[in-house]
Amino acid sequence: MALLDIRRNSGYLFLAVMLGHVILISAQVNSRSGVPVLESVTFGLVAEAQRGLSLGVARLRRTWDRYVWLRGVEAENANLRRQLDALQVQYQERRALSDRARSLEDLLALRDRSNLETVAAEIIAASASPDFRTLTIDKGSSQGLKRDMAVIANDGAVGRIVVASSSAAKVQLLIDRNAAAGAIIERSRAQGVALGGGDARLRLEYVAEASDVVVGDLVVTSGIDGIYPKGFTIGYIDAVEKAGPAYKRISIKPAVNFSALENVLVVLTTNPSNQVEEQKP
Amino acid sequence: MKTAGIIVAIVVALALQTTIVRFVVSGTVAVDLVLVVVVYVALSSGSVPGLMTGTIAGLIQDSIQVSTGVIGIGGLAKSIVGFVTGLIGTQLNIAEPVARFVVFFGATVVHQAITMGLGAVLGLRTFGVPYTSVAVEALGNAVVGVAAFQLTELLPGAVERRRMGRSRLRR
Repeated sequence: MALLDIRRNSGYLFLAVMLGHVILISAQVNSRSGVPVLESVTFGLVAEAQRGLSLGVARLRRTWDRYVWLRGVEAENANLRRQLDALQVQYQERRALSDRARSLEDLLALRDRSNLETVAAEIIAASASPDFRTLTIDKGSSQGLKRDMAVIANDGAVGRIVVASSSAAKVQLLIDRNAAAGAIIERSRAQGVALGGGDARLRLEYVAEASDVVVGDLVVTSGIDGIYPKGFTIGYIDAVEKAGPAYKRISIKPAVNFSALENVLVVLTTNPSNQVEEQKP
Repeated sequence: MKTAGIIVAIVVALALQTTIVRFVVSGTVAVDLVLVVVVYVALSSGSVPGLMTGTIAGLIQDSIQVSTGVIGIGGLAKSIVGFVTGLIGTQLNIAEPVARFVVFFGATVVHQAITMGLGAVLGLRTFGVPYTSVAVEALGNAVVGVAAFQLTELLPGAVERRRMGRSRLRR
C-alpha cells in the first residue's frame, strides 16, 4: 500500500530525493568565504530566524513596558523631575559662575591694560530710588576706597564713589542726574562735559559750535575733572542739535550697560588724570 | 524487477566497472555500467524504481570513485536520469531495440550534461567541450544496454514477466 502511494506520488518523492542530494552536495562544497554552503545557508537561515525572534521579543517587551507594566513609573517620573529641577538649578549656577568668571577676566584684562592701581569690586545692590542712579559695591574704606574715586568697567567709565563705609561703597553712575565727567571727542579732540540726565542717555555740554561733532563719534573721559582717568570710554554720540549761539546739544549713548554690571574696578588714585593712555573700546 | 535483483545488478555493475571494464576498454573508460543498470531498471520497472536505483547506485559510485571530491553529484544525475527514463518508459513504447538504443544514448548525454553542469556551477572542474568522449560513452552505454535487454529477453518467461510488471504499473 505504501509502495502504491509512493508510486502515485512519485513527483514528491523525486523532489525529496533532489532536495536530499542538494543538501548533501551543499554540505561538502565550500562557499566563497570558505564555509560549506550548507553551513552558510543554515547559519543564514538560523540567523534570520534569530533576528526575527529577537525583534519580536524586543517589540513585545517594549510594548509591555510602555503600555502594561507601568508600576513604579509615576514614582520614577517624579524622581526624574526632581533630578531635572536640581540639574537645572545646577546648570544655572554653573552658567552664572561662567559669566562671572568671564566678567572677572575682562576686568583683569582692563587692570593690566590701564596701569592704574585698582581694586575689583562686585555689585551687591542697586539704588533704592529711581531718581538716583547709584550702585552699591562690596568694597569699602577698609580696602582703601574713598569718596570721588573713579569706578570703571571693561566697557568704559561707570561713575564715582560718593559714600564709602568700611565694607561697602555707593557709586554714583554717570547717568545720574547729578553726575558729570570731563569728556572729549576722540576723533576731533573737541572737549565738553558729559552730564547725566537721570535716564539712559548722557548729555555732552559746553561744546563750542564750531567744534566738529558728528553722530557716531566716540566720547572718552578727558581727565580734567580730577576724578576719571583720561581716555576711558563714555559712549557714542547718537544725536547732535544746535542749542544756542555758542553751544550744541549733544546726546551720548553710554558704552556701559549699567543694568548688566556685575563687577567693576575702583581706581584707587584720587587724581588719576594723565596716568593712562586712551582706552580703546 | 525485484529489489534484491536490482541490488545485485548494481553491485555487479560496480564490480565490473571498477575491475574488468578498464582492461577491456583501452584508454578512457567509455562505458558506465552503473548508468546502464539505472536506465535498465527505469525502463523495465518505472520511474520510482529508476529514481531509487539511480540515487543508491549514484551515491555508491560517488563514494567509491571520488573523482570530484563531492558525493552526491553522480547520485543527483543518476536520480534524474532514472526518474525521467522511467517516466518515458511508462508513457512510450520502447520495446524495439532502436528505441532502447536512443533512450540509452540520450540518458547518457543527459547524465553527462548534468554532471558537467553541476561541476561547473560548483566550480569543481572546468570542462571543455568533450563531445567526442560523451558520444563514445553514450554509444557504448547504448550498445551494452540494448544487448542487456536482448539477453534478458532470451531468458525463459522474461517477456511475460515484463508485461505483467507493466500492467501492474498502469493499474
